[in-house]
Amino acid sequence: MQDAFLRAAERWPHDGVPANPGAWIVATAKNSAIDRIRRAQTLARKTELLARAVEVPETETSTIPDERLELVFACCHPALAADAQVALTLSLVGGLATPEIARAFLVPEATLAQRLVRAKRKIRDAGIPLRIPPEHLLPERLRTVLATIYLIFNAGYGPPVRRDLCAEAIRLALLLATLMPDEAEAHGLHALLLFQDARRDARVSGDGELVLLDDQDRSLWDHAEIEQGRAALERALALRMPGPYQLQAAIASLYADDEVDWQQVALLYARLAELTPSPVVELNRAVAVAFAAGAESGLALVDEIEGLDGYYLFHAARADLLRRLERVEAARSAYAQARSLAPTDVERAFIERRLAELPQ
Amino acid sequence: MQYVLLIYGEESNWSDLPPDELRTMYAEYMALASDLRARNKLLGTNQLHPVATATTVSVRDGEAIVTDGPFAETKEVLGGYFVVDADSLDDAIEWAQRIPAARHGRVEIRPAIDHTGDRS
Repeated sequence: MQDAFLRAAERWPHDGVPANPGAWIVATAKNSAIDRIRRAQTLARKTELLARAVEVPETETSTIPDERLELVFACCHPALAADAQVALTLSLVGGLATPEIARAFLVPEATLAQRLVRAKRKIRDAGIPLRIPPEHLLPERLRTVLATIYLIFNAGYGPPVRRDLCAEAIRLALLLATLMPDEAEAHGLHALLLFQDARRDARVSGDGELVLLDDQDRSLWDHAEIEQGRAALERALALRMPGPYQLQAAIASLYADDEVDWQQVALLYARLAELTPSPVVELNRAVAVAFAAGAESGLALVDEIEGLDGYYLFHAARADLLRRLERVEAARSAYAQARSLAPTDVERAFIERRLAELPQ
Repeated sequence: MQYVLLIYGEESNWSDLPPDELRTMYAEYMALASDLRARNKLLGTNQLHPVATATTVSVRDGEAIVTDGPFAETKEVLGGYFVVDADSLDDAIEWAQRIPAARHGRVEIRPAIDHTGDRS
């Protein structure tokens, strides 16, 4: 099954998203991609986008970016399962080939191919509209699009880091921010991904072990990318419509300072907890409070958190605070719990290292 | 496009309602049907008798097997349906959201296959 839009967009992962994606689509359509577009009957039948992309003259490109945006929203429609949203977005919007996507998500190629076929069939048969959602649906639908892009980034961030997936997520975030410049959260997500990506080389040591933020070698951070993140964050904040991605980006921005303002970080986590309450946010806030006001205060907050007993970082954070308070045996037992819950070898090794550092 | 909105719920959700709440609920259903009709989008709708009245028929090896009850015993049962004409899934979803049973039960939206134009 040929995906003509995939063809049209296949250069983007390598060359980067052009400043005017619409003009690029039309230009490409005028090249050999036209033949492939005509052959891609299934996609062409269910989306007018391709027909329009071929017909619209180069001067009238203002509607093309809208059509690409329409595709993004169709791929991320709530009637599609989350894994289908991700696969479809990577395939139709990101231009990744099926084998690439399958490899990235560690599923057999046949499984991924079937997932894409079913999803496209559902779009066609269930009448999922190819359009930017109307005003009253937009906030919720945009959240899904942003969440899908974030899922893609996280899949690439690992560990292990898969650079092409992270880069693809950032490109998608940039695309969204470019096509919806008045949406603060789109800029917010873009900023957040840039900040996180900037730390990719410092995150895992040469031995493949996870390095926590405060232990990272900052000279390994991509400072140019951090600056890009700051610029994107500025664009978001200028719109004066706060939201969770912007808050997370602001926190990431503070982390990138030479002297981290932990007080501010704690405040931002508190605000984030108001918007998206979750024990994980509370945990991060507790860690920030510990840096700002001491391990005792942090531990008091950590001990109030419910629901994270199965989360290895909860026990690791508790263990760290206990270690700082020199409650060695309690720290040892908490690290042991963290180790038993660690999901990968890299994370287990990191806990082992912390355990080994405890006085015997 | 035609969509069938299948209404599923536990029967106690409506059979246990006090009379005035039941009246309010029916009024909502009437209003929904009326709005659909006004836009020429209502192709059919029915509330079904309770699942205790169901009969299931299957034919195997040329023999008709008739049994008492629904095809499967489930907690949530089919209580009724709407058949609507909608421009897209989003439209169908908007109509489905107005179905009172969606608040306690669930509405399954299935696109209908268009056989008009099939040659017999």
